[in-house]
Amino acid sequence: MREVVRVGAGGTGRAGIRAVSGGATADVLIEARGLAKHFAVRGGTFGVAKKAVVHAVDGIDLAIRKGETLGLVGESGCGKSTAGRLLLRLIEPTAGAILHEGVDLTTLGRRAMRERRKNMQIIFQDPFGSLNPRMTVESIIGEAYAIHRIGATHERSRRVGEMLDLVGLPRSAAGKHPHEFSGGQRQRIGIARALALHPAFVVCDEAVSALDVSVQAQIINLMQDLQRDLGLTYLFISHNLAVVRHISTRIAVMYLGRIVEVAAADALFEHPTHPYTRALLSAVPITHPREERHRHELSGDVPSPLAIPAGCRFAPRCPFAQARCREQDPALSAFGDGRAVACHLAADGTLPPSQPVVRRAAPNSIQEIAR
Amino acid sequence: MSGTSAVLEVEGLTTALRNQAQDTILEDVSFTLGAGEVLGIVGESGSGKSMLALTIMGLLPSSIRRTSGAIRLLGTNLAQSTSEAWRERRGRDMAMIFQEPMTSLNPVMRVGTQIEEVLRRRRRLSNAESHRKAIELLERVEIPSPARRLLAYPHELSGGMRQRVMIAIALAADPKLLIADEPTTALDVTIQAQILDLLRSLQRDTGMALMLITHDLGVIAEIADRVMVLYAGRVAETASVATLFDAPAHPYSQALLASIPNLASQRDRLATIDGAVPTVGAMPVGCRFAPRCVDRRDACVVSSPQLRPLSPQHGVACVKWFASVPAAPVAQGSAR
Repeated sequence: MREVVRVGAGGTGRAGIRAVSGGATADVLIEARGLAKHFAVRGGTFGVAKKAVVHAVDGIDLAIRKGETLGLVGESGCGKSTAGRLLLRLIEPTAGAILHEGVDLTTLGRRAMRERRKNMQIIFQDPFGSLNPRMTVESIIGEAYAIHRIGATHERSRRVGEMLDLVGLPRSAAGKHPHEFSGGQRQRIGIARALALHPAFVVCDEAVSALDVSVQAQIINLMQDLQRDLGLTYLFISHNLAVVRHISTRIAVMYLGRIVEVAAADALFEHPTHPYTRALLSAVPITHPREERHRHELSGDVPSPLAIPAGCRFAPRCPFAQARCREQDPALSAFGDGRAVACHLAADGTLPPSQPVVRRAAPNSIQEIAR
Repeated sequence: MSGTSAVLEVEGLTTALRNQAQDTILEDVSFTLGAGEVLGIVGESGSGKSMLALTIMGLLPSSIRRTSGAIRLLGTNLAQSTSEAWRERRGRDMAMIFQEPMTSLNPVMRVGTQIEEVLRRRRRLSNAESHRKAIELLERVEIPSPARRLLAYPHELSGGMRQRVMIAIALAADPKLLIADEPTTALDVTIQAQILDLLRSLQRDTGMALMLITHDLGVIAEIADRVMVLYAGRVAETASVATLFDAPAHPYSQALLASIPNLASQRDRLATIDGAVPTVGAMPVGCRFAPRCVDRRDACVVSSPQLRPLSPQHGVACVKWFASVPAAPVAQGSAR
């Protein structure tokens, strides 16, 4: 029933890209091919033992299409933040390629890379930690113009003013320092800084995670407005699955340095396929006390990225694991509906069907009441 | 849940900065918590929810003091007892777990030593008995191979395991009241689900009262029987968990619920609340939510609304429900 296209294993698969990105590559803005980052760490007490290698990102293939929001989810240590930084080449990959408008970023020299970065920016989680407390808002936002030698001083001031308008801050904010603002306002400053050079691609790394819910909603709405008005493409990295579902076009799920499933946001929540995706989504707190949920409990903890299990890395915790799962590393295989899953059982159709993540028992929803 | 004997009764609790009594942090907080009940305390940062927990535990920092109010634990008013008496109750009748277990556990002591210490001091067990009991406690919090885990240091355990150890320590003296302050906020979502399940089943087995503080309405929906919504140090609403989600009455509760992204249905835009939570020393006159409220009236900026019952189990501090009926304020302590 399912048409399965076998593609290369993560880390080696150049052939699989087309299938994973779900068709024509023309609309792809940025793409990772076999992208990996291994960190060498010293082992043992006081770092005396021989070096160990953390496989933070271990061969991912991921294509982000123009104008979409690709949600990247996973638990701490799965490599999602590292993946975001790799795509911008803020850290150097150990292996693999990053294709941006047909150019492999890993081949660019410093100057050419800096020129490219005008097009690709990042918004961080902690708007306090990422804003220099001794700089005024004007110099924080305007720093990008100075670095790239854009415009004279008065021209830069005018542009900063426009950026403040764009993110809904008063022009009077320009002369103030970060500590004079609330968390939500600081995140607006962080967004203004990221958008100062009119990038097409923005990595949002836990951009709303530190905010209170009422403020979080303001920032999410702002980011969606900006995306619509400026035609932005987002990679939205977050551990908050409800937020990711709200904002994303498609969602990629990471586990221990690999992407285990990619699907349209609705499809992922209606029918999570990979056993890890099922467990992850079923653990999200319900949003109404009368919601019923089929919990897929996970035993144990995520293995250390220092000692990645052989075969499928999820096999030791997977309720469906078979002998072959502990031996062969499953490739990310594309399915007919644009979904891609890295699971032997999903690929040959023997994985038991999944159930929708939440089922509302009560007829009325929060939104109906609140309106 | 009502009708059970009250484990904790808080009445008219007000705290303020030590040097500026007019700058209240918590103001006139009253509620009761029965045995076997799970009360969720929800609020954003600055709502005073952690302050409330520390006040009940008698662990306020020196810069903050209690200016009025009663805290009755099993009938004894702790607010009138000595700090020694208060300390005696901590870890015996009431215990607390925090967001980050790594900062609560001693990093240079084995986990077992820390659990056994509580058992020897609070329950006067011998070394052998406390060791046996420590293994039993780790079994109760579902830690595999407990005897081996007792020898571990905190850093050798995962975040979820450390929180289980904290729960084991909290349970060591069979408390009647467990206060959990954001117990799963630092944990991944799959681990959070395990810890919430564990807390719920332990609470059912022991019949203890559980006061769970969180900013996450999802956690409230998962575990709470009743909810108290705090805003800027005041109680905005108390209700059963179903009532709060089905028919929130306070404009703040309504806006808060509408601002969370929902897994069940995708919407184009989230509802927002303009502005930000006011800070201590800059509290608005009248209703503290008034400057951000879409239902604001003239009366709101004049005086603070009292928490009054909409129904026997549902209290709300908002004048819009009582504008035409000048009802008497709800008796303190009975507001549920």
